[in-house]
Amino acid sequence: MLALTLILIPLIGSLVLFLLKGSSGSSSKNTALVASLATLAVAIYAFTTFSPQSTIGVKYSWMKDLNINFHISIDGISLLLVLLTAFLVPLIITSTFKHTYKNHASFYALILLAETALMGVFMARDIFLFYFFYEAALIPVYFIAALWGGKDAPRITFKMFVYTIFGSLFMLVALVYLYMKGASAEIDQLAITAKLLSPNAQNLLFWAFFIAFAIKMPVLPFHTWQPDAYSESPTPATMLLSGLLSKMGVYGLIRIMLPLAPVGVSNWGQFGMVLSIIGLIYGSIIAIQQNNIKRLIAYSSFAHMGLMAAGVLSGNINGIQGALLQMVAHGVNAVGLFFIVKIIYDRTGTRDLTALGGITQKTPALSIYFMIIMLGSVALPLTNGFVGEFLLLKGLYDKNVWLGGLAGLTIILGAVYMLRLMQRSMFGESNDITAKFKDVSGSEVAVLLPIAAVVLIMGLFPNVFLKITEPAVNSILQMMK
Amino acid sequence: MYPILVLSVTGLVTLFLGFLKSKKILLPASLLFVAIAFLSNFIDWNAPGLYFYDMLEATNLSIIFSSIILLSAFLVMALSKGFLDDEHAQPAEYFAILQFSLVGAIMMTNFQNLIMLFVGVEILSVSMYILTGSDKRNIRGNEAALKYFLMGSFATGIMLFGMAMLYGANYTFNISDARILLLQPVTDVRPVFLYVGVTFLLIGLLFKVSAAPFHFWTPDVYEGAPTIFTTFMSTVVKTAGFAAIYRILEVSFSPMYNFWWVMIVTMAILSLFISNITAIAQQSFKRMLAFSSISHAGYMLLAVVGLNNKSGDSIVFYSLAYALATISAFGVLMIVSKDRLVDGRPNENIAVLNGLSKKSPFLAVVLAISMLSLAGIPLTAGFWGKFYVFTDAASRGHIWVLVIAIMMSAVGIYYYFKPIIAAYMKEGEGENIRLSAFYKIILGLTTAGSILLGLFPDLIRELL
Repeated sequence: MLALTLILIPLIGSLVLFLLKGSSGSSSKNTALVASLATLAVAIYAFTTFSPQSTIGVKYSWMKDLNINFHISIDGISLLLVLLTAFLVPLIITSTFKHTYKNHASFYALILLAETALMGVFMARDIFLFYFFYEAALIPVYFIAALWGGKDAPRITFKMFVYTIFGSLFMLVALVYLYMKGASAEIDQLAITAKLLSPNAQNLLFWAFFIAFAIKMPVLPFHTWQPDAYSESPTPATMLLSGLLSKMGVYGLIRIMLPLAPVGVSNWGQFGMVLSIIGLIYGSIIAIQQNNIKRLIAYSSFAHMGLMAAGVLSGNINGIQGALLQMVAHGVNAVGLFFIVKIIYDRTGTRDLTALGGITQKTPALSIYFMIIMLGSVALPLTNGFVGEFLLLKGLYDKNVWLGGLAGLTIILGAVYMLRLMQRSMFGESNDITAKFKDVSGSEVAVLLPIAAVVLIMGLFPNVFLKITEPAVNSILQMMK
Repeated sequence: MYPILVLSVTGLVTLFLGFLKSKKILLPASLLFVAIAFLSNFIDWNAPGLYFYDMLEATNLSIIFSSIILLSAFLVMALSKGFLDDEHAQPAEYFAILQFSLVGAIMMTNFQNLIMLFVGVEILSVSMYILTGSDKRNIRGNEAALKYFLMGSFATGIMLFGMAMLYGANYTFNISDARILLLQPVTDVRPVFLYVGVTFLLIGLLFKVSAAPFHFWTPDVYEGAPTIFTTFMSTVVKTAGFAAIYRILEVSFSPMYNFWWVMIVTMAILSLFISNITAIAQQSFKRMLAFSSISHAGYMLLAVVGLNNKSGDSIVFYSLAYALATISAFGVLMIVSKDRLVDGRPNENIAVLNGLSKKSPFLAVVLAISMLSLAGIPLTAGFWGKFYVFTDAASRGHIWVLVIAIMMSAVGIYYYFKPIIAAYMKEGEGENIRLSAFYKIILGLTTAGSILLGLFPDLIRELL
């Protein structure tokens, strides 16, 4: 029941907003915030009562004659991502409080609809239910990005939509194929079926899954939709895309690809890792040269996702655990960074790094938050990025020394572009544009403070999270054997 | 079986109602008649049997197909209020012909004898030829009607020739008896007659559902006919055609699967390729929907390619999902284009939808959901429709067919989003559109149906 409430609360909130439109902007905001906070409360309750032995979940028959079920359940991996979603959505909603969007009711309803679908993705245990939510998550975000985005948004977001749907159709073929072979739609059962398939079929399955999830994350060479989409979308949509939707790709790799194409992973995983690591270096180098701060963070996201993909493909416990922790860390940091970009843009009207500078003198508070989140992003010890990145690199190193070494460049390159961003925007002399920079206040602090707190807490006590996911990761590795 | 009786009588009654001075009664009366036919349909539910000296057979599947046909007809008729405002229209005759055509369509779902199939196809087709040309002052409409009539009668002729061949091979028109003959190890059956017969019969039927390469009439006829009859054509005729194709292949010729599947799969793939690629370039919304109709014929043929005991259910679901979405889309087009005249004709380009979300948020939502459903995006009925036909094709091991179909549905997303983008992201001219409550209810129903079936696809499949 608990699992079902996580899906139902945002769904009901979204329906209420869709039906009761016309009320004032603040009432829409409050309704959305209340619904998302209620979801967070349920998620925290699930977290406090969680034990790896007991499974929280429900299973209803969805299509009886085809043996397809509405089966959701929470294990450690699901719980971590459910917590991430439940934590980020209220922050994303709060981050919009200073701005009144036109058609506000629909705007917030779509955000809650995206949360519903994300919860479904992270809890689904039936492959078709997973696919259903996986696609359903994209639709509201596409509409937010296209309808409330910049001038070029319809074209760019449409590219994103077609690109990602095209990718997931490959996954659909693979899922239908597995379902035909295994006569079941349960992931756990199909993992057994998958072992009986020929290596050739396994390789094809690997590619079908890899392309689908690689487009979503994105991983080189499927990333061309991402920088434009991130920078043209309105900030809440960018936050949803980078903080949560990209995580569906990594989650899919762990939950779907590893158990359902184990032989394919061992045959082709190394190739995927090479692609991911090339993407990681390539993304970092472009990020170093960016002057548009939103694009800079978009490319840094691309680089981080590459590292996570490589970690999962390494197929050992350190790589996967690291990827899981990094998913949470990157989700939180990306939302924080995009929010700071929004604050800067709202006050100065520019995202150009060369036009900024000296903001620290006007608002020390903002630069402290920025510093904390930035350090989390460059993976300084005692921040949330460190443990994840360390485990990821260890996993890669165990798999292949050379790849581990190359991926290690991320530490240096990440520091270069993040410190450059910090230094050029925050420090130095203030100029005409930044001279009248107002201090952060009210709802802005309400977003930045929790994020900064989580950056530090996760950095200090990573074991809280690693302990939850470990049994679930082990059972997935067991399935692969 | 009963709807055939009901509609034959009420069709005549409707003709006589046309003598009344007030035309107001016609629409409610016709809706009532179709509703009665719909209800009478369920008298045979769970009571399968043969009627009229083994001419027709009522089974649950045929009843469901008939119900979809009658439901679509009801919804289309409900949107046809425009007739009554048009001084040149002959509403009594239109409504009567629509009801007669339904008789033919229902015969196609439950024929037991090839003669009945032929009679059904002819009743439906002749009605459609007339309705296509019903707007006499529209030169495109006249061209469309003539084209449809010439090509349609060729197709019917070929089909009839096929039936004669089949009689020559099997010495019977009864489809169940023909199967028994096929299953006998050593028979008198003359294989050439049999193969030619099956091929010709299928060609005739595939023409009616506008599968490529027999699709050339579709865009012109869809565009030329009055929108309301285009809607009728693309829902009722298609459902009836697929019911007939499925029935003849399942009941009679499933032992010959290895012979005909190559033909069907070729046509399915051709339909998918030709229609989806051509639809990209269309400026006219109506032509785009015509090509989309060809592509959906291709998808539904996939269920036939994977013929198994579930594929009847898949075609049922697909037909319903497609009908709901198509009626919504044409309904929106009809309302939006009515007052936007270009050269005296309603403007049916995609551009007419520009800025719809501001002029009528309700219609924009209806349009968006119908397009998402046609594109097969999850949360809508169209997704499960595609899912079922894909699993059918995969169940016979044709994974490569599946891959092609999926690539083509990705192409489909591209053009199905054009109207959505026009409605939501472009600025349009013209004033706000006022909708009568009646239209709102009908379009609300079709839209709610698309969503409901998208969330709970078992609602329909449980019935079967």
